[in-house]
Amino acid sequence: MKIHEYQAREIFKKYGLPVPNHVLCHSVAEVKEAVKNLDRLVVVKAQVLVGGRGKAGGVKLAKTEAAAVAAAGQILGMDIKGCQVEKVIVADAVDIEKEYYVGLINDRNAKSVTLMVSAEGGVEIEEVAQTNPELIHRFPINPQTGLLDFQARDMAMKLFDDMKLVRQAADIFQKLYRIFIETDSTLAEINPMVLTPDKQILAIDGKMNFDDNALYRQPEILAMREADEDELKEIDAKEKGLSYIKLDGNIGCMVNGAGLAMATMDMIKLYGGNPANFLDIGGSSNPQKVVDAMNILLSDKNVQAVMINIFGGITRCDDVARGLIEALDTIKTDIPIVVRLSGTNAEEGLALLEQTGLPTVSTMSEAAKKAIELSKR
Amino acid sequence: MSILVNKDTKLLVQGITGRDGQFHAARMKEYGTRVVAGTSPGKGGASVLGIPVFNTVDEAVKTTGANTSIIFVPAPFAADAILEASYAGIDLVIAISEGVPILDMIRITPVLKQNGTKLIGPNCPGLITPDEALIGILPGMIFKKGNIGLMSRSGTLTYEVVNMLTHSGMGQSTVVGIGGDPVAGLYYLELLEMYQNDPETEAIVLIGEIGGDAEEQAAAYIAKHVTKPVVAFIAGQTAPPGKRMGHAGAIISSGSGTAEEKMKAFAAAGVPVAKEPSEIPQLLAEKLAKASV
Repeated sequence: MKIHEYQAREIFKKYGLPVPNHVLCHSVAEVKEAVKNLDRLVVVKAQVLVGGRGKAGGVKLAKTEAAAVAAAGQILGMDIKGCQVEKVIVADAVDIEKEYYVGLINDRNAKSVTLMVSAEGGVEIEEVAQTNPELIHRFPINPQTGLLDFQARDMAMKLFDDMKLVRQAADIFQKLYRIFIETDSTLAEINPMVLTPDKQILAIDGKMNFDDNALYRQPEILAMREADEDELKEIDAKEKGLSYIKLDGNIGCMVNGAGLAMATMDMIKLYGGNPANFLDIGGSSNPQKVVDAMNILLSDKNVQAVMINIFGGITRCDDVARGLIEALDTIKTDIPIVVRLSGTNAEEGLALLEQTGLPTVSTMSEAAKKAIELSKR
Repeated sequence: MSILVNKDTKLLVQGITGRDGQFHAARMKEYGTRVVAGTSPGKGGASVLGIPVFNTVDEAVKTTGANTSIIFVPAPFAADAILEASYAGIDLVIAISEGVPILDMIRITPVLKQNGTKLIGPNCPGLITPDEALIGILPGMIFKKGNIGLMSRSGTLTYEVVNMLTHSGMGQSTVVGIGGDPVAGLYYLELLEMYQNDPETEAIVLIGEIGGDAEEQAAAYIAKHVTKPVVAFIAGQTAPPGKRMGHAGAIISSGSGTAEEKMKAFAAAGVPVAKEPSEIPQLLAEKLAKASV
């Protein structure tokens, strides 16, 4: 789960990280109110859940009330990578002497939380990782001890010589680690962390992602979720025990198992078609699940054919076939459907489906070819 | 031989009185796995399908000599169950539970290392040495004893491939589902080493997917250390970036973890990558024919 920058700033503040003040605004009128009698430099920043705001013109400095209002007028409603800007923050701008990067991630390889710092701040860290990986310093944190004082200082010394600054930065790293652990983050990033001319270190932008598997124990984080239309569909599917992701193609697929579902999408592409979605119905023959899955699938108006790909393991294909027949009886659609059953009791399952007149096949490749053909009718 | 499990494996089922635990305990027993004990705090002294139930893993191990444990408890309690097994001296723990928080796995990793416990999963279908031991939720009837070692991040896709192998007359030594989570137990490198050293395994199939760089590491390891033929398949070539494809670990983040990079790495290591699962038996046959020349 992702949150907006303003939400990350609020979490940072709660844990005592040095973050300049900001006001969240949903309209130009609210911005106008926020910058009344403006006597300092502010920055108006689009709040969207995608990166690359700056380049898209979603971040603007303003010195006067009129300039701030004009900036907000330009940014609100702007489209950034398909996301419409509905909120901005007006934040106090600070003088910057130098920018740094600080991030914590779950590191698959080290099986740890890893602290990353770099003197190359303010740019996409992935770019630095590609071009100058040696400029990023990494430290895998032992979960049994946490980030110890001397370890935090060691990392801070990679960025600063002045011991006063080292201590300031080390404190920020440790606070960020506490936030990461206590909120079940998968990413907590300060980019940039800045040094001001009067030798203060501040966090002027924040990005946080959270572990979906841990949301059950993070009610405060869950309450921050702001999902768009596609994500709402994904969340709704998850509540029904399905895993759904919308794509751009026209061939809907319904599969049991995530790996097989990915392989099914790939196969459709391999034979010249375009998958409309990823949909994993898990391991059950429950007709209600199939009904729910079909409803979600067919709510996508781009879908012109459906490929159902089931490998029967413990779930027997004849049970799956019964579930399908019951489900398709309830749904009634004109969209052509091809069913592939393989594995345990596949023959019995295919025989049952024959009565329905649905095209049935026994291999994935045949199913993909058939679905593509049906989608072109 | 085989790897990790065989007919001497003595299995404990943690969460044996739950719906899934009971169902799969029955199936594993039916397959011929030696299921010697179950645990369920508060239900010690009972018996499920003739299997004695204990309150604690420690008690179960001391009484029955169980050396392997499978975990069916709900995700929020999985990390605790894994550690209970580890502290009781279990050698190999298989965690089936799906949805375990990543930080729980990170917290228990150093303890497992310190206790010398091997872990498979979480969020995995388990493993099988055909005709000897089935430990997990895999459908036993599609497997056949033989010489192909297979490891995979997925469940049904594994069954799909195993079914094809079995139909092509290619039996399996041991098949391991390593699970779909980003932080998990035994992974490609450890298993590649085991397969390489297992006299019964003649060739290896690796089924990977998008997310992380474990496949790239496996490719580099194979080039250096594995002399047996290896064939790979990668799922998720059409997956959009930034979206979790069902498995918590199957995500392309900031351009890394793509199927393309992984396929390139395998190609560079001389490992053929199947375009679709049905190509795997043929690619294996070609590799094996070359190897025997």
